[in-house]
Amino acid sequence: MGLKRNVPLSAALGYKGQGPFLAFILHRVGGAGMAIFITMHVLSTFAEMRGLAIGDALNKVYTSPPFQIFILFCVLFHAINGLRITLLDIFHAKLMPHYRKIIAVEWVVFILVFGFAAVSVVATAIGRM
Amino acid sequence: MNALQTKPRTVPLSKRGMSFETFMWVFTRVTALAMYGFILVGLIGAIAMGALHEMTFVEVIRWALVSNPGHVESTNVQDIAPWASAFWRTVASGMFLTALAHGIHGVIVIVDDYVASASGRNWNRYISMAMFFVVMGAGLYVIWKA
Repeated sequence: MGLKRNVPLSAALGYKGQGPFLAFILHRVGGAGMAIFITMHVLSTFAEMRGLAIGDALNKVYTSPPFQIFILFCVLFHAINGLRITLLDIFHAKLMPHYRKIIAVEWVVFILVFGFAAVSVVATAIGRM
Repeated sequence: MNALQTKPRTVPLSKRGMSFETFMWVFTRVTALAMYGFILVGLIGAIAMGALHEMTFVEVIRWALVSNPGHVESTNVQDIAPWASAFWRTVASGMFLTALAHGIHGVIVIVDDYVASASGRNWNRYISMAMFFVVMGAGLYVIWKA
């Protein structure tokens, strides 16, 4: 069993952390977003293959550009931030003193990859109209 | 460097021992790196199969994340056969099961931070494990029967 932190959600959301806290909370949002929506995506595709109309309707939502941009944010931020966490844990003696700078680098990488992906979603949607 | 950091503050693993929590902490990092491995395999495979001409950037990302044939159905790829091989379904299954185990553990950790009662934390585990098996069955069906 984990630690007994017992912090109410309202207090947790009111915490005025800086860059590292923002990365922490976005990692959670991304992870929870994937857990909810990828679970639904798997189940709806299963339903679609079994001939249920609800699966078809749900997967239409999943292929819509706004939803793709949202889920790309979840996946790409979680993946890039997760790599940052893993690298800091492996090379912690060398990298930990620079962790704020490393988070700044992470944001540059994330904005480039996510920006390119979001543009690609919109361009594909326009191209197929 | 301040005075506090002159002495290493971490206890070596041999003295600390390996609890279930420590094991899952390592598991989370190892699976993160493993998923990067799967993504790299998917990316290289997609390029080798002609994705540069038949897919957009975001479609390649989607394929690299989970390389199941359903992820190329809505693209301009003409011949799905090479994308639907047993090799790619195996890679997709590996990625899917790794991500599912990593994700279910992550959900348990997040819910534990907001649910402090012993019974709440037990239910968190029962429901998460039930979801693990339901989603595993549905996902493997989608990957192999498409």
